[in-house]
Amino acid sequence: MAELLQFLFSGLTVGAVYALVALGFTIIYNASDVVNFAQGEFVMLGGMGTVFLAAAGLPLPVAAVLAIVMAVLVGLGLFLFAIQPARGASPVTLIIITIGASIALRGAAQIVFDKQFHRLPSFSGDAPIHVLGATLLPQSLWVIGGAVVIVIALWGFFSRTLTGKAVLATAANRLAANLVGIDTRFVVGLSFAVSAAIGAVAGILVTPITLTSYEVGTMLALKGFAAAMLGGMGNPVGAVTGGLMIGLMESLGAGYLSSTYKDAIAFLVILGVLFVMPGGLFGAKSVERV
Amino acid sequence: MPPRLRRLLPVLIIAAAVVLLPFGLTSAYQIRVATLVFTGGLTVIGLNLLMGYAGQVSLGHAGFGGIGAYAVAILPTHFGVHPLLAFLIGITAAGLVAYLVGRPILRLKGHYLAVATLGMGILIAMVIQNEAAWTGGPDGMQVPRMELFGWRVRGAETWYWICGAFLVLGALLAVNLIDSPTGRALRAIHDSEVAARVLGVDVARAKLVVFTVSAVYAATGGALLAFVNAFVTPDIAGFLHSVELVTMVVLGGLGSIVGSVVGAAILVVLPQVLTVFHEFEHLAIGLIMIAVMIFMRAGVVPTLAARFAGSRA
Repeated sequence: MAELLQFLFSGLTVGAVYALVALGFTIIYNASDVVNFAQGEFVMLGGMGTVFLAAAGLPLPVAAVLAIVMAVLVGLGLFLFAIQPARGASPVTLIIITIGASIALRGAAQIVFDKQFHRLPSFSGDAPIHVLGATLLPQSLWVIGGAVVIVIALWGFFSRTLTGKAVLATAANRLAANLVGIDTRFVVGLSFAVSAAIGAVAGILVTPITLTSYEVGTMLALKGFAAAMLGGMGNPVGAVTGGLMIGLMESLGAGYLSSTYKDAIAFLVILGVLFVMPGGLFGAKSVERV
Repeated sequence: MPPRLRRLLPVLIIAAAVVLLPFGLTSAYQIRVATLVFTGGLTVIGLNLLMGYAGQVSLGHAGFGGIGAYAVAILPTHFGVHPLLAFLIGITAAGLVAYLVGRPILRLKGHYLAVATLGMGILIAMVIQNEAAWTGGPDGMQVPRMELFGWRVRGAETWYWICGAFLVLGALLAVNLIDSPTGRALRAIHDSEVAARVLGVDVARAKLVVFTVSAVYAATGGALLAFVNAFVTPDIAGFLHSVELVTMVVLGGLGSIVGSVVGAAILVVLPQVLTVFHEFEHLAIGLIMIAVMIFMRAGVVPTLAARFAGSRA
């Protein structure tokens, strides 16, 4: 029982990070039909940026905010200088562009930062919390709590604000949104900025647990993409569910079956789900996008 | 130009390049790089059949390359199988895996197909990585030298000609496949799957055929690469290599046989050249990929061909 609880805790923690990466994929995909494989690099930028700004003497919260700003600027740059000039290109071409961007960002991070692994201090100490025989790190609560706050904030943004509704309208039909006076270019730019911010926050929250380096983005992007597809591409509820499911499957699989094949378990389940439900768990047909 | 010659033009261009290149290449190192381009180009031609003609993306194609490569490493080392036989077993196995996995996978569309092939590729890479007793794990393993009729196949130049011959053969088969009923079916699927089905095209079968064929290409390319290097590491089957292959297809040009080889050449040669700027290598590769995709959207070869044709007209 305590063992199971332990696996659930660690699964939910990584799962929350996957969920945030998957949300980033979903937001950009809905606004622009672009699958952004540089999503993992935003996570890396958040973590590495904070580490280096903090090392330069800034207090941790200031460093974190600046790192998020930096990631947002990179996200906007990606949109303005790589996605916008290629508008109208085929989906595969756009995917190659984002892959190129991810390679370039990793290369830039190698130069600006370094090739070492780094960690941040835990936000509120390392004293584990004991729950029914299992232990929970305070930082895990930060990660899960942070993910919950972001999901609620996004929900509020989409359902309560005019700008959020403009994003929904653009996702539903770009031409129609344009015709009713929505600046769809602004909306797409905004979606890149928001995705970058979410990714950076995820990177900052998780770095005290998992460490960061210039190349952590690749695997996170893969898991996030897989999570988004598992839930049904373009569906935020699906993205969060998919992320948590992959985190839990990995953790339970590593605990009960084989730790060397933990990534395999997640991908096997994804293949299995897609065979039965080719549109993902929350198939795009039955649920409205965003 | 007579249609028959026009159809064979890509094969002739590639064959001419293979024959003429040695006159311009001065060192064994350059011969070796050209050989790497040939093995890569062969894989990319196969993937281009799938992507360029059938319009299906695979993010796990390096997995098939890994099957071919590890077949020629494992079978001779652990079972004493002759390398040539191991080579045949490897490419057959890859084709078989593609055929079996392809049935359920190819029902998926677009990004769902991409993630399914991604998962498949990662599973193959993971088995190679973790079954260290057989594969040497992350460190990789030696590939025994091929011996034919008492003659040991070795040396950069020998492999240059072998790989060059395979590349030309691969291009020839691809050109013929595109021109066959299956090829026409594929192009119909690319334009509209529904319309193709209405016209009586067996969409599922045509996709499965091209997926299997492209896997055989990848396994052949992977096995040749393993022979050339006399060493394999799990990177050959990894996700990053799969992405590299897709990038080669798109850079060179979707649906262009010559483009496949050019795309492979760009991504093989570029890092060799850029090591001069070692710090900035990845940054530069990424930026070049973005720039090419923005300014030569159809890929290098089709864009240049169109520009050339335009300037003559």
